[in-house]
Amino acid sequence: MTNRPAIIPAVGAPHTRIYGVGGYRPTRVVDNAEICRAIDSSDEWIRIRSGIEQRRYAGPEETIPEMAVAAAGKALANAGVEPEQIGCVLVATVTHLRQTPAAAPGIAHRLGARNAAAFDVSAACAGFCYGLALASDMIRGGSARYVVVIGVERLSDLTDRHDRSTAFLFGDGAGAAVVGPAETPGIGPVVWGADGARLDAVEQTVPWSAMRNNPSHDWPVLRMAGQQVFRWASYEMATVAQRALTQAGVRAEDLDAFIPHQANMRITDAMIRALDLPDHVQVARDISETGNTSAASIPLAAERMLTTGEVRSGGLALLIGFGAGLVYAAQVVTLP
Amino acid sequence: MSANQEEIRAGLAEIVNDVAGTPASEVQLNKSFIDDLDLDSLSMVEVVVAAEERFGVKIPDDEVANLKTVADAVNYIIQAGGKA
Repeated sequence: MTNRPAIIPAVGAPHTRIYGVGGYRPTRVVDNAEICRAIDSSDEWIRIRSGIEQRRYAGPEETIPEMAVAAAGKALANAGVEPEQIGCVLVATVTHLRQTPAAAPGIAHRLGARNAAAFDVSAACAGFCYGLALASDMIRGGSARYVVVIGVERLSDLTDRHDRSTAFLFGDGAGAAVVGPAETPGIGPVVWGADGARLDAVEQTVPWSAMRNNPSHDWPVLRMAGQQVFRWASYEMATVAQRALTQAGVRAEDLDAFIPHQANMRITDAMIRALDLPDHVQVARDISETGNTSAASIPLAAERMLTTGEVRSGGLALLIGFGAGLVYAAQVVTLP
Repeated sequence: MSANQEEIRAGLAEIVNDVAGTPASEVQLNKSFIDDLDLDSLSMVEVVVAAEERFGVKIPDDEVANLKTVADAVNYIIQAGGKA
Protein backbone atom coordinates (compact mmCIF):
# COMPACT_ATOMS: atom_id res chain seq x y z
CA MET A 1 0.00 0.00 0.00
CA THR A 2 1.48 3.37 -0.98
CA ASN A 3 1.58 6.00 1.75
CA ARG A 4 -0.95 8.79 1.22
CA PRO A 5 0.59 12.22 1.86
CA ALA A 6 -0.82 13.74 5.00
CA ILE A 7 -2.26 17.25 5.05
CA ILE A 8 -0.13 19.60 7.13
CA PRO A 9 -2.44 21.67 9.36
CA ALA A 10 -2.07 25.40 9.91
CA VAL A 11 -0.58 26.34 13.25
CA GLY A 12 -1.79 29.44 14.97
CA ALA A 13 -0.89 31.54 17.96
CA PRO A 14 -1.70 30.33 21.48
CA HIS A 15 -3.61 33.48 22.40
CA THR A 16 -4.90 36.72 20.94
CA ARG A 17 -5.47 40.31 21.95
CA ILE A 18 -6.67 43.64 20.62
CA TYR A 19 -3.70 45.90 19.74
CA GLY A 20 -5.46 49.07 18.73
CA VAL A 21 -8.86 50.61 18.16
CA GLY A 22 -9.95 53.53 16.01
CA GLY A 23 -13.19 55.28 15.19
CA TYR A 24 -14.77 57.59 12.65
CA ARG A 25 -17.78 59.78 13.45
CA PRO A 26 -19.48 61.69 10.60
CA THR A 27 -19.19 65.45 10.80
CA ARG A 28 -22.90 66.28 10.72
CA VAL A 29 -24.39 66.40 14.21
CA VAL A 30 -28.16 65.84 14.40
CA ASP A 31 -29.74 66.88 17.68
CA ASN A 32 -33.13 65.88 19.08
CA ALA A 33 -34.68 69.18 18.01
CA GLU A 34 -33.96 68.32 14.39
CA ILE A 35 -35.40 64.81 14.83
CA CYS A 36 -38.54 66.34 16.38
CA ARG A 37 -39.26 68.32 13.21
CA ALA A 38 -40.49 65.06 11.66
CA ILE A 39 -42.06 63.32 14.66
CA ASP A 40 -44.39 64.45 17.41
CA SER A 41 -41.94 64.22 20.29
CA SER A 42 -39.57 66.28 22.40
CA ASP A 43 -35.93 66.46 23.37
CA GLU A 44 -36.92 65.61 26.95
CA TRP A 45 -38.95 62.56 25.94
CA ILE A 46 -36.11 61.24 23.75
CA ARG A 47 -33.54 61.71 26.53
CA ILE A 48 -35.72 59.96 29.11
CA ARG A 49 -36.70 57.21 26.71
CA SER A 50 -33.23 56.41 25.39
CA GLY A 51 -30.53 58.64 26.86
CA ILE A 52 -29.77 60.03 23.40
CA GLU A 53 -28.99 63.75 23.06
CA GLN A 54 -27.53 63.72 19.57
CA ARG A 55 -26.32 61.43 16.85
CA ARG A 56 -24.25 61.77 13.63
CA TYR A 57 -25.58 61.32 10.09
CA ALA A 58 -23.16 60.46 7.29
CA GLY A 59 -23.05 62.78 4.30
CA PRO A 60 -22.84 61.58 0.67
CA GLU A 61 -19.02 61.45 0.82
CA GLU A 62 -19.02 59.50 4.10
CA THR A 63 -19.75 56.17 2.49
CA ILE A 64 -19.41 52.77 4.14
CA PRO A 65 -15.91 52.25 2.66
CA GLU A 66 -14.79 55.82 3.51
CA MET A 67 -15.78 55.55 7.15
CA ALA A 68 -14.42 52.02 7.47
CA VAL A 69 -11.05 52.96 6.00
CA ALA A 70 -10.78 55.99 8.28
CA ALA A 71 -11.54 53.99 11.42
CA ALA A 72 -9.31 51.07 10.43
CA GLY A 73 -6.45 53.40 9.54
CA LYS A 74 -6.50 54.85 13.03
CA ALA A 75 -6.69 51.41 14.62
CA LEU A 76 -3.70 50.21 12.58
CA ALA A 77 -1.69 53.30 13.52
CA ASN A 78 -2.55 52.79 17.19
CA ALA A 79 -1.62 49.13 16.96
CA GLY A 80 1.63 49.75 15.09
CA VAL A 81 0.69 47.12 12.50
CA GLU A 82 1.55 47.53 8.81
CA PRO A 83 -1.09 46.88 6.13
CA GLU A 84 1.02 44.08 4.63
CA GLN A 85 0.76 42.19 7.92
CA ILE A 86 -3.02 42.00 7.81
CA GLY A 87 -4.26 38.47 7.10
CA CYS A 88 -7.94 39.31 7.04
CA VAL A 89 -10.26 42.31 6.86
CA LEU A 90 -13.64 41.52 8.39
CA VAL A 91 -16.37 44.13 7.98
CA ALA A 92 -19.48 43.87 10.13
CA THR A 93 -22.35 45.87 8.64
CA VAL A 94 -26.00 45.70 7.67
CA THR A 95 -26.00 48.89 5.62
CA HIS A 96 -23.70 48.06 2.73
CA LEU A 97 -26.54 48.33 0.23
CA ARG A 98 -25.02 46.19 -2.48
CA GLN A 99 -25.32 42.40 -2.47
CA THR A 100 -21.96 41.91 -4.15
CA PRO A 101 -19.09 42.58 -4.02
CA ALA A 102 -18.92 42.78 -0.25
CA ALA A 103 -17.62 46.00 1.29
CA ALA A 104 -14.51 44.34 2.77
CA PRO A 105 -12.41 43.68 -0.38
CA GLY A 106 -12.52 47.32 -1.48
CA ILE A 107 -11.76 48.45 2.06
CA ALA A 108 -8.84 46.03 2.30
CA HIS A 109 -7.53 47.32 -1.02
CA ARG A 110 -7.71 50.96 0.14
CA LEU A 111 -5.92 50.05 3.34
CA GLY A 112 -3.10 48.45 1.37
CA ALA A 113 -3.83 45.06 2.93
CA ARG A 114 -2.66 43.16 -0.13
CA ASN A 115 -2.18 39.87 1.74
CA ALA A 116 -5.60 39.86 3.34
CA ALA A 117 -8.72 37.80 2.88
CA ALA A 118 -11.77 40.00 3.07
CA PHE A 119 -15.45 39.40 3.80
CA ASP A 120 -18.50 41.01 5.36
CA VAL A 121 -20.38 39.74 8.39
CA SER A 122 -24.07 40.47 8.73
CA ALA A 123 -24.86 40.08 12.43
CA ALA A 124 -26.62 43.35 13.13
CA CYS A 125 -25.70 44.93 16.46
CA ALA A 126 -23.78 41.81 17.49
CA GLY A 127 -21.57 42.16 14.39
CA PHE A 128 -18.51 43.53 16.14
CA CYS A 129 -18.50 40.87 18.89
CA TYR A 130 -19.13 38.16 16.29
CA GLY A 131 -16.19 39.62 14.33
CA LEU A 132 -13.88 39.63 17.35
CA ALA A 133 -14.67 35.96 18.01
CA LEU A 134 -14.00 35.03 14.38
CA ALA A 135 -10.77 37.06 14.32
CA SER A 136 -9.49 35.44 17.51
CA ASP A 137 -10.31 31.97 16.20
CA MET A 138 -8.64 32.68 12.84
CA ILE A 139 -5.43 33.73 14.56
CA ARG A 140 -5.43 30.81 16.98
CA GLY A 141 -6.24 28.46 14.10
CA GLY A 142 -3.46 29.80 11.93
CA SER A 143 -5.59 31.29 9.12
CA ALA A 144 -4.36 34.82 9.75
CA ARG A 145 -1.86 36.59 11.97
CA TYR A 146 -3.44 40.04 12.22
CA VAL A 147 -7.11 40.71 11.57
CA VAL A 148 -8.82 44.05 11.24
CA VAL A 149 -12.41 43.92 12.52
CA ILE A 150 -14.52 46.88 11.43
CA GLY A 151 -18.06 47.75 12.47
CA VAL A 152 -19.49 50.35 10.07
CA GLU A 153 -23.02 51.59 9.46
CA ARG A 154 -25.14 54.18 7.69
CA LEU A 155 -28.32 53.40 9.62
CA SER A 156 -29.70 56.76 8.53
CA ASP A 157 -30.17 55.16 5.09
CA LEU A 158 -32.75 52.80 6.61
CA THR A 159 -34.33 55.09 9.20
CA ASP A 160 -37.98 56.11 8.94
CA ARG A 161 -37.79 59.79 9.96
CA HIS A 162 -41.55 59.74 10.65
CA ASP A 163 -41.65 56.68 12.91
CA ARG A 164 -42.06 58.06 16.40
CA SER A 165 -40.69 54.86 17.95
CA THR A 166 -37.43 54.61 15.97
CA ALA A 167 -36.60 57.94 14.28
CA PHE A 168 -34.50 59.17 17.20
CA LEU A 169 -32.54 55.97 17.79
CA PHE A 170 -30.21 55.40 14.87
CA GLY A 171 -26.93 57.01 13.87
CA ASP A 172 -23.93 56.49 11.57
CA GLY A 173 -20.25 55.79 12.13
CA ALA A 174 -17.41 53.29 12.07
CA GLY A 175 -15.19 51.63 14.66
CA ALA A 176 -12.31 49.23 14.15
CA ALA A 177 -10.00 46.97 16.12
CA VAL A 178 -6.74 45.29 15.15
CA VAL A 179 -6.50 41.78 16.60
CA GLY A 180 -3.25 39.85 16.70
CA PRO A 181 -1.32 37.02 18.34
CA ALA A 182 -0.39 37.24 22.02
CA GLU A 183 1.51 35.37 24.70
CA THR A 184 -1.33 35.62 27.21
CA PRO A 185 -5.10 35.56 26.61
CA GLY A 186 -6.49 38.98 25.70
CA ILE A 187 -9.82 37.83 24.27
CA GLY A 188 -12.03 35.54 26.34
CA PRO A 189 -14.36 32.79 25.10
CA VAL A 190 -17.33 34.09 23.16
CA VAL A 191 -20.80 33.32 24.47
CA TRP A 192 -22.96 33.70 21.41
CA GLY A 193 -26.08 32.51 19.74
CA ALA A 194 -29.21 33.29 17.81
CA ASP A 195 -32.96 33.13 18.32
CA GLY A 196 -34.47 32.89 14.87
CA ALA A 197 -37.93 32.39 16.32
CA ARG A 198 -37.89 36.16 16.84
CA LEU A 199 -36.97 37.14 13.28
CA ASP A 200 -39.53 39.89 13.22
CA ALA A 201 -38.50 41.60 16.48
CA VAL A 202 -36.09 43.90 14.62
CA GLU A 203 -36.10 43.93 10.85
CA GLN A 204 -35.89 45.75 7.53
CA THR A 205 -39.54 46.08 6.57
CA VAL A 206 -39.35 44.52 3.08
CA PRO A 207 -36.52 43.00 1.01
CA TRP A 208 -35.07 45.00 -1.89
CA SER A 209 -36.95 42.77 -4.31
CA ALA A 210 -40.18 44.43 -3.19
CA MET A 211 -38.90 47.59 -4.90
CA ARG A 212 -38.17 45.73 -8.12
CA ASN A 213 -41.61 44.13 -8.11
CA ASN A 214 -43.31 47.42 -7.40
CA PRO A 215 -41.18 50.50 -8.09
CA SER A 216 -43.55 52.77 -6.21
CA HIS A 217 -43.17 50.70 -3.03
CA ASP A 218 -41.93 52.66 -0.02
CA TRP A 219 -38.20 52.50 0.64
CA PRO A 220 -37.52 49.76 3.23
CA VAL A 221 -36.79 50.93 6.75
CA LEU A 222 -35.86 49.42 10.09
CA ARG A 223 -38.68 48.60 12.45
CA MET A 224 -38.60 47.21 15.94
CA ALA A 225 -41.02 45.62 18.42
CA GLY A 226 -39.83 47.97 21.16
CA GLN A 227 -41.12 46.33 24.32
CA GLN A 228 -40.19 42.81 23.20
CA VAL A 229 -36.65 43.83 22.27
CA PHE A 230 -36.23 45.88 25.46
CA ARG A 231 -37.27 42.92 27.56
CA TRP A 232 -35.00 40.48 25.71
CA ALA A 233 -32.03 42.82 25.86
CA SER A 234 -32.45 43.91 29.47
CA TYR A 235 -32.99 40.49 31.00
CA GLU A 236 -31.94 37.61 28.76
CA MET A 237 -28.83 39.42 27.55
CA ALA A 238 -27.73 40.14 31.12
CA THR A 239 -27.62 36.35 31.57
CA VAL A 240 -25.45 36.03 28.46
CA ALA A 241 -23.11 38.73 29.77
CA GLN A 242 -22.76 36.88 33.07
CA ARG A 243 -21.91 33.65 31.24
CA ALA A 244 -19.18 35.45 29.31
CA LEU A 245 -17.70 36.60 32.63
CA THR A 246 -17.93 33.11 34.12
CA GLN A 247 -16.35 31.41 31.11
CA ALA A 248 -13.49 33.90 31.13
CA GLY A 249 -12.96 33.28 34.84
CA VAL A 250 -13.55 36.96 35.54
CA ARG A 251 -15.82 38.44 38.23
CA ALA A 252 -17.83 41.63 37.83
CA GLU A 253 -15.60 43.35 40.37
CA ASP A 254 -12.50 42.49 38.32
CA LEU A 255 -13.76 44.55 35.39
CA ASP A 256 -12.47 48.00 34.53
CA ALA A 257 -15.20 48.59 31.96
CA PHE A 258 -18.56 47.38 30.74
CA ILE A 259 -19.14 48.16 27.06
CA PRO A 260 -22.55 46.95 25.91
CA HIS A 261 -23.92 47.65 22.46
CA GLN A 262 -25.24 51.21 22.69
CA ALA A 263 -28.87 50.36 21.97
CA ASN A 264 -30.59 52.37 24.68
CA MET A 265 -29.34 53.86 27.94
CA ARG A 266 -32.14 52.14 29.80
CA ILE A 267 -31.06 48.72 28.57
CA THR A 268 -27.55 49.55 29.76
CA ASP A 269 -28.90 50.55 33.18
CA ALA A 270 -31.02 47.38 33.43
CA MET A 271 -27.95 45.27 32.63
CA ILE A 272 -25.85 47.04 35.24
CA ARG A 273 -28.48 46.17 37.85
CA ALA A 274 -28.81 42.58 36.69
CA LEU A 275 -25.02 42.05 36.70
CA ASP A 276 -24.68 43.86 40.02
CA LEU A 277 -21.73 45.80 38.63
CA PRO A 278 -19.75 47.61 41.32
CA ASP A 279 -19.45 51.40 41.02
CA HIS A 280 -15.79 51.31 40.04
CA VAL A 281 -16.60 49.62 36.72
CA GLN A 282 -16.75 52.34 34.05
CA VAL A 283 -19.79 51.99 31.84
CA ALA A 284 -19.89 53.03 28.20
CA ARG A 285 -22.54 55.70 27.65
CA ASP A 286 -21.45 56.88 24.22
CA ILE A 287 -25.06 56.49 23.01
CA SER A 288 -25.85 59.94 24.40
CA GLU A 289 -23.75 61.58 21.67
CA THR A 290 -23.62 58.89 19.02
CA GLY A 291 -27.02 57.20 19.01
CA ASN A 292 -27.36 53.53 18.15
CA THR A 293 -24.83 52.72 15.40
CA SER A 294 -25.37 48.94 15.36
CA ALA A 295 -22.09 47.14 14.54
CA ALA A 296 -20.07 50.32 15.04
CA SER A 297 -21.38 51.08 18.51
CA ILE A 298 -19.06 48.93 20.64
CA PRO A 299 -15.75 49.90 19.00
CA LEU A 300 -16.80 53.57 18.93
CA ALA A 301 -17.70 53.43 22.62
CA ALA A 302 -14.42 51.69 23.45
CA GLU A 303 -12.45 54.26 21.47
CA ARG A 304 -14.12 57.10 23.35
CA MET A 305 -13.41 55.56 26.76
CA LEU A 306 -9.75 55.05 25.89
CA THR A 307 -9.27 58.45 24.26
CA THR A 308 -10.81 60.33 27.18
CA GLY A 309 -8.86 58.25 29.67
CA GLU A 310 -12.05 57.00 31.27
CA VAL A 311 -10.49 53.55 31.10
CA ARG A 312 -6.78 52.75 31.22
CA SER A 313 -4.93 50.90 28.52
CA GLY A 314 -4.78 47.22 29.42
CA GLY A 315 -8.02 47.34 31.39
CA LEU A 316 -10.45 44.40 31.42
CA ALA A 317 -13.72 45.02 29.59
CA LEU A 318 -16.92 43.02 29.16
CA LEU A 319 -18.41 43.48 25.68
CA ILE A 320 -21.89 42.41 24.63
CA GLY A 321 -23.64 42.93 21.32
CA PHE A 322 -27.28 41.99 20.61
CA GLY A 323 -29.67 42.76 17.80
CA ALA A 324 -31.73 41.83 14.78
CA GLY A 325 -32.01 38.13 14.15
CA LEU A 326 -32.19 38.00 17.08
CA VAL A 327 -28.47 37.43 17.54
CA TYR A 328 -26.05 38.06 20.39
CA ALA A 329 -22.40 37.67 21.38
CA ALA A 330 -20.41 38.56 24.47
CA GLN A 331 -16.79 38.23 25.52
CA VAL A 332 -14.31 39.62 28.00
CA VAL A 333 -11.32 41.40 26.45
CA THR A 334 -8.21 43.25 27.50
CA LEU A 335 -8.35 46.77 26.10
CA PRO A 336 -5.37 47.95 24.07
CA MET B 1 -61.73 44.22 46.94
CA SER B 2 -61.09 40.62 47.99
CA ALA B 3 -58.07 40.07 50.23
CA ASN B 4 -56.16 38.41 47.45
CA GLN B 5 -56.88 41.25 45.04
CA GLU B 6 -55.70 43.81 47.56
CA GLU B 7 -52.53 41.86 48.31
CA ILE B 8 -51.67 41.77 44.64
CA ARG B 9 -52.48 45.45 44.19
CA ALA B 10 -50.22 46.29 47.13
CA GLY B 11 -47.43 44.15 45.70
CA LEU B 12 -47.77 45.86 42.32
CA ALA B 13 -47.74 49.24 44.07
CA GLU B 14 -44.36 48.43 45.60
CA ILE B 15 -43.03 47.34 42.22
CA VAL B 16 -44.27 50.49 40.47
CA ASN B 17 -42.74 52.60 43.21
CA ASP B 18 -39.47 50.73 42.80
CA VAL B 19 -39.39 51.08 39.02
CA ALA B 20 -40.73 54.61 38.52
CA GLY B 21 -40.74 56.27 41.93
CA THR B 22 -44.51 56.71 41.85
CA PRO B 23 -45.90 56.74 45.42
CA ALA B 24 -47.43 53.34 46.21
CA SER B 25 -50.64 54.98 47.48
CA GLU B 26 -51.36 56.25 43.97
CA VAL B 27 -51.30 52.76 42.47
CA GLN B 28 -55.05 52.15 42.71
CA LEU B 29 -57.13 49.78 40.57
CA ASN B 30 -58.64 52.40 38.32
CA LYS B 31 -55.34 54.04 37.42
CA SER B 32 -53.75 53.72 33.99
CA PHE B 33 -50.06 52.81 34.20
CA ILE B 34 -49.02 55.13 31.41
CA ASP B 35 -51.54 57.95 31.61
CA ASP B 36 -51.81 58.26 35.40
CA LEU B 37 -48.75 56.65 37.00
CA ASP B 38 -45.87 58.14 35.01
CA LEU B 39 -44.67 54.90 33.48
CA ASP B 40 -43.70 54.55 29.84
CA SER B 41 -43.81 51.39 27.75
CA LEU B 42 -40.24 50.47 28.69
CA SER B 43 -40.82 50.80 32.43
CA MET B 44 -44.00 48.70 31.93
CA VAL B 45 -41.67 45.91 30.83
CA GLU B 46 -39.70 46.28 34.06
CA VAL B 47 -42.91 46.20 36.10
CA VAL B 48 -44.09 43.09 34.25
CA VAL B 49 -40.79 41.23 34.76
CA ALA B 50 -40.76 42.09 38.46
CA ALA B 51 -44.42 41.02 38.76
CA GLU B 52 -43.63 37.68 37.13
CA GLU B 53 -40.97 37.02 39.73
CA ARG B 54 -42.98 38.25 42.67
CA PHE B 55 -46.27 36.53 41.88
CA GLY B 56 -44.97 33.42 40.16
CA VAL B 57 -46.74 33.96 36.83
CA LYS B 58 -45.76 34.33 33.19
CA ILE B 59 -46.82 37.46 31.36
CA PRO B 60 -45.93 37.10 27.66
CA ASP B 61 -44.93 40.09 25.53
CA ASP B 62 -48.23 40.23 23.65
CA GLU B 63 -50.17 40.38 26.93
CA VAL B 64 -48.26 43.42 28.18
CA ALA B 65 -50.02 45.74 25.75
CA ASN B 66 -53.40 44.67 27.18
CA LEU B 67 -52.48 45.66 30.75
CA LYS B 68 -53.60 49.26 30.61
CA THR B 69 -54.81 49.75 34.18
CA VAL B 70 -53.74 48.42 37.56
CA ALA B 71 -57.01 46.43 37.63
CA ASP B 72 -56.09 44.79 34.31
CA ALA B 73 -52.79 43.67 35.79
CA VAL B 74 -54.27 42.48 39.09
CA ASN B 75 -56.98 40.49 37.30
CA TYR B 76 -54.47 38.95 34.90
CA ILE B 77 -52.22 37.88 37.74
CA ILE B 78 -55.13 36.34 39.65
CA GLN B 79 -56.46 34.40 36.66
CA ALA B 80 -52.90 33.23 35.88
CA GLY B 81 -52.78 31.68 39.35
CA GLY B 82 -50.52 34.28 40.94
CA LYS B 83 -49.79 34.24 44.64
CA ALA B 84 -49.08 37.43 46.60
